[in-house]
Amino acid sequence: MGKGKRLARVDREHCVACGCCVKVCPKGAIQVVRGVFARVEESLCVGCGKCAGACPASVIGMEGAER
Amino acid sequence: MKKRWYDYLWIASALYLILGFFNILFAWLGLLCFFLPLIISIATGSKAYCNRYCGRGQLFGLLGGRFGLSRRHDVPRWMKSKGFRYGFLLFFLVMFGQMLWNTALVFSGARDLREAVTLLWTFRLPWHWAYHGGAAPWVAQFAFGFYSVMLTSTVLGLGTMVLFKPRSWCVYCPMGTMTQLICRAKYRPEKVGK
Repeated sequence: MGKGKRLARVDREHCVACGCCVKVCPKGAIQVVRGVFARVEESLCVGCGKCAGACPASVIGMEGAER
Repeated sequence: MKKRWYDYLWIASALYLILGFFNILFAWLGLLCFFLPLIISIATGSKAYCNRYCGRGQLFGLLGGRFGLSRRHDVPRWMKSKGFRYGFLLFFLVMFGQMLWNTALVFSGARDLREAVTLLWTFRLPWHWAYHGGAAPWVAQFAFGFYSVMLTSTVLGLGTMVLFKPRSWCVYCPMGTMTQLICRAKYRPEKVGK
């Protein structure tokens, strides 16, 4: 992992699909897919980490983007 | 971010608890919070109720977030495990069934109306000021039982809001678990991509 762009990553297995992350994302980069898990649109994510802070289950982490 | 009408549904949730304090028959309105999430998830295969319209979640978000009443700690690992979430859902459904059974006993005349609210399925609180007569005993009994369910879940949610993150209740909310199970059953990965 370098100092490159950070991206939000969701642990889909433990995501409760509450949608708290969707509400706080300033870029509309995260959506709840069919009520099952949250999914990050990597091209829109700016790595601000707001979704990770808001996630009540703490299943969103910030990771370096793959180049 | 622009606020929409449904961002103010926390007012309805707070009002529900206040109205039920003075007149227990308002507890019947809580059935909306029971049936709407199920109907929405069955009809649309989404958790739109949790994502947008849950006033209780908004209330916890407001109290824990804006008013700073939450420590904002991570929930323990066991709390987000499937075992705990499904176990709590099962426990909740059993308690709900017991409440319906009590209502049926009053309906059949096998038991008298008990004007009390049970908190955390254990503590019986006298609540006689909230019922002024005028309804069939079973109607009032259901109202006392349903208000007990709503008050208990609010107290649990407030507790975990303070201890962990504002909307920690969403992690183990039985309605959320149930609607996610419905959505999971309807989910077709090939239709939504990666």
